[in-house]
Amino acid sequence: MSFIAKPKIAHPGLPKNELGLTRRDYEGAMSTLCAGCGHDSITAAMIEACWEMSMRPEQLVKLSGIGCSSKTTAYFVSGAHGFNSVHGRMPSIATGAVAANRDLYYVGISGDGDTLSIGFGQFAHAIRRNLNMLYVIENNGVYGLTKGQFSASADIGTKAKKGEENQQPPVDPVLTALTLGCTFIARSFSGDKEQLVPLIRAGLKHRGFALIDVLSPCVTFNDHVGSTKSYAFVRDHYDEVVHADFVAPAQEITAKYAEGDAMPVTLHDGSRILLRKLDPSYNPTHRGQVFNYLREKLAQNEYVTGLIYIDGNSPDFHEVNATTETPLNRLPYDALTPGSKGLDKILSRFR
Amino acid sequence: MLHASAAPQPPDRLNDFVIKLANVNGTGSASANSLLMKSMFRMGIPVMGKNYFPSNIQGLPTWYEIRVTRDGYVARSGRIDLMVAMNAETYAKDVKDVSPGGYLIYDSTWPRPALLKRDDITILGAPLARICNETFQGVRARILLKNIMYAGLLAALLEIDLDEMRKLLGESYSSKKSLLESNVRALELGYNYAKEHFTCPLPLRVTRMDKTSNHILIDGNTAAALGCLYAGATVGAWYPITPSTSLMDAFKSFCGKWRVDPANGKHNYLIVQCEDELAAIGAVIGAAWNGARSFTPTSGPGISLMNEFIGLAYYAEVPAVIFDIQRVGPSTGMPTRTQQCDLMLAAYASHGDTRHVLLFPNSPEECFYMAAQAFDLAERLQTPVFVMSDLDIGMNDWMCPDLKWDDSYQPDRGKVLSREQLEGIDKFYRYFDKDGDAIPYRTLPGTHPKGAYFTRGSGHTQYGGYTEDSTEYQIVLDRLKRKFDTAKSLVPKAVIDGKSTQGMGLVSLGSCDGAVREALDLLRGRGVQIDYMRVRAFPFGPEVEEFLASHEKIFVVEQNRDAQLRSLLTLETAVEKAKLHSILHYSGLPMASSVIVEGVLAAAGSLSAAVGEPRVARVAEGRFS
Repeated sequence: MSFIAKPKIAHPGLPKNELGLTRRDYEGAMSTLCAGCGHDSITAAMIEACWEMSMRPEQLVKLSGIGCSSKTTAYFVSGAHGFNSVHGRMPSIATGAVAANRDLYYVGISGDGDTLSIGFGQFAHAIRRNLNMLYVIENNGVYGLTKGQFSASADIGTKAKKGEENQQPPVDPVLTALTLGCTFIARSFSGDKEQLVPLIRAGLKHRGFALIDVLSPCVTFNDHVGSTKSYAFVRDHYDEVVHADFVAPAQEITAKYAEGDAMPVTLHDGSRILLRKLDPSYNPTHRGQVFNYLREKLAQNEYVTGLIYIDGNSPDFHEVNATTETPLNRLPYDALTPGSKGLDKILSRFR
Repeated sequence: MLHASAAPQPPDRLNDFVIKLANVNGTGSASANSLLMKSMFRMGIPVMGKNYFPSNIQGLPTWYEIRVTRDGYVARSGRIDLMVAMNAETYAKDVKDVSPGGYLIYDSTWPRPALLKRDDITILGAPLARICNETFQGVRARILLKNIMYAGLLAALLEIDLDEMRKLLGESYSSKKSLLESNVRALELGYNYAKEHFTCPLPLRVTRMDKTSNHILIDGNTAAALGCLYAGATVGAWYPITPSTSLMDAFKSFCGKWRVDPANGKHNYLIVQCEDELAAIGAVIGAAWNGARSFTPTSGPGISLMNEFIGLAYYAEVPAVIFDIQRVGPSTGMPTRTQQCDLMLAAYASHGDTRHVLLFPNSPEECFYMAAQAFDLAERLQTPVFVMSDLDIGMNDWMCPDLKWDDSYQPDRGKVLSREQLEGIDKFYRYFDKDGDAIPYRTLPGTHPKGAYFTRGSGHTQYGGYTEDSTEYQIVLDRLKRKFDTAKSLVPKAVIDGKSTQGMGLVSLGSCDGAVREALDLLRGRGVQIDYMRVRAFPFGPEVEEFLASHEKIFVVEQNRDAQLRSLLTLETAVEKAKLHSILHYSGLPMASSVIVEGVLAAAGSLSAAVGEPRVARVAEGRFS
């Protein structure tokens, strides 16, 4: 949404990826968010992940709804199409877009208001469809653009800037996604790029719906003492349970891990996610156990982060719909029409 | 009650009368009624069928009306010549509704209340339930076969070819031998009872004609689905809502036959049943933005929900095809009754300055062609296009000429830049009017980094960038208005008939057409000559302006209370408002020719004052118990 074009000056020594592109080639317009906004760090992580993956910029499709978070799709990968749609309805735009072309990477950037209030229904049903997309919630517990109202993810007792205390229980997107059958669930913190970048890479490669709930403090309206979504609070109550490392197929040989330390999960294209479990008792493939674990930690006021749950075997949107391998938007017309001869056959039923 | 048609009763009723069948829904009467209608159709006789059904699964009253019409009229006449009164609950009303000189058939298994006598009609009783109970086993079978029995009864009374009926039953139950046997038995029981107990045939009767070859009996939703199939639509998104549901059901069934790879079972289509209409239109927009032909069938309440997204598609210039199978409003209204009450809603759907392209099919035949055309227009104009059908067209079987398909057809995908074209240009500007027709170029995701742009509903410049600058914003908004002018030259032209010297015109649209044409014939018989214009699209083309300008007095016939077509004409053309006289029908039943004849005569001051308010034909025939 920037008025200002970013200056395109690149140092000749900048590192290049397999396509010969630098990180600058994955940038977008200048951010218009507040200085220090957590969302800008997530944008930086998106740029890093796409650069590391050597993704052709036009292979990415960026979708969003309305809100500060939804503006950020303009701030990364300017060589990709973006669609800043209507409030809370990005999942339906994604549904149609994914249906039309199964060959691209889809990332939806949303916020806690966009996802958990106005868009709660669409969020739930995109999960149910196991829609092939990475869905990032930039979660700050507050409505920024309309100046500081509580959102549905605000914790009980958290205080607004002017001191008002939230009384309603929060909607937890991670617990919600678990109960809805989501096949890839992660939580991270905008200030932890090391954790976030591999999660984004894994989420983009996941076959089905990948959710990353990113705690992303709002420096203007929700970064004060008494807020449970402030930088200080999140850093103090942040508990990584499974660290994910992403290993592309080509890197397979060089990736070293001792059996038992790491739990490799192979994705459909041969790439792998190496899960380093920081709590040995944790099982990120058991939905019920994960749910109980999260509830216990929540009671202790702890945000569990990392790759919380993964299921690489459930059929994705296209498998369920038996969609043909060629993207639907590229099927030639001849493959779609029964022609005049076919019409004669069809009409015989109506005589 | 307006029993009598404004026309004198034709002396010769051969192949020219109306049957009404009163039943309870969920008892299988639909198959018997369809058997009756189709057998006469196969005898070469033009027929019209209308189903009046409740919003219910089982137990409420339902009626089916069959008009046998040697002149090939496609609308209701307003008469009922033969009533088959199978529903005790509605019996009193059904007796009343028979036109004088008509016939009523009832099930004499039970005594008929003496109170419900009428001397001016002939009443025939047959103990259908008793015979069924004596012949067939099982409660369900007895109920279902009672209906087939009355079909047999009518076959004898009307001289419908019994062999055609047997053949039709054979086609329906080709794989269920025992069902076929019991159905044929019931048919013959009814036939024989009538032959033994009544004087057959009645003066109302049928005889073979040759007026239905190269014709089909098809409903508009099926025809529209077929249009989507032939247009090459690959993505359908929807939320079930009466009366649009059968459109997606039909599309799914056609795709199952024609769009599945026999080698691997893979689908060349994707249908998403969404969580609501907001998601359905979102998915349509997402798919169309990404280069697939996509559509959603819905009805008025669905359009209300889709409004925000429709405005986004208009302003961000994304194609979308929306079928509005109109039903009675406001609010939930009467979901199973017909109206043309969404004209204003669709024309200006969404907040802000928005105007949309609407197509008005008059029949299932036009549903087929206009469905295909809607995709071409949506992609050419990069905007939502509405196909404004209604329950009458969508869910009733209409007799139509065979649908034709030109194998040289290629979809008009509009101005979409390819990878090669993008390679060849310096810079791509999404909303720039390069060609002077106010239609910009667009690109699809995945094509080329040069084609990338940021689609947004917020203020944008003609180059595709974000703006809050007044001038930049207005440049785009004004171009959108010019694009709507371009649409005038692309949408189907109005159909104009007649060269009256009396200076009178009539404007109508959609499913009113059949009734209007019959009414104009009847009026001509009385020396009233009226020119006719059927508008087929919005925005209105120059021919619409010309017709309005060249007539002194113009009747506007439509199916809603508030004269929405008349409003659109006064808002969007230069016509003088006082010239337009409304004839409105909004009972929820399909338009009848009698409504128009009486409306015109009343307005012309030549009908008795007893008819009611001038210029508005209020038809007290709604019976929606």
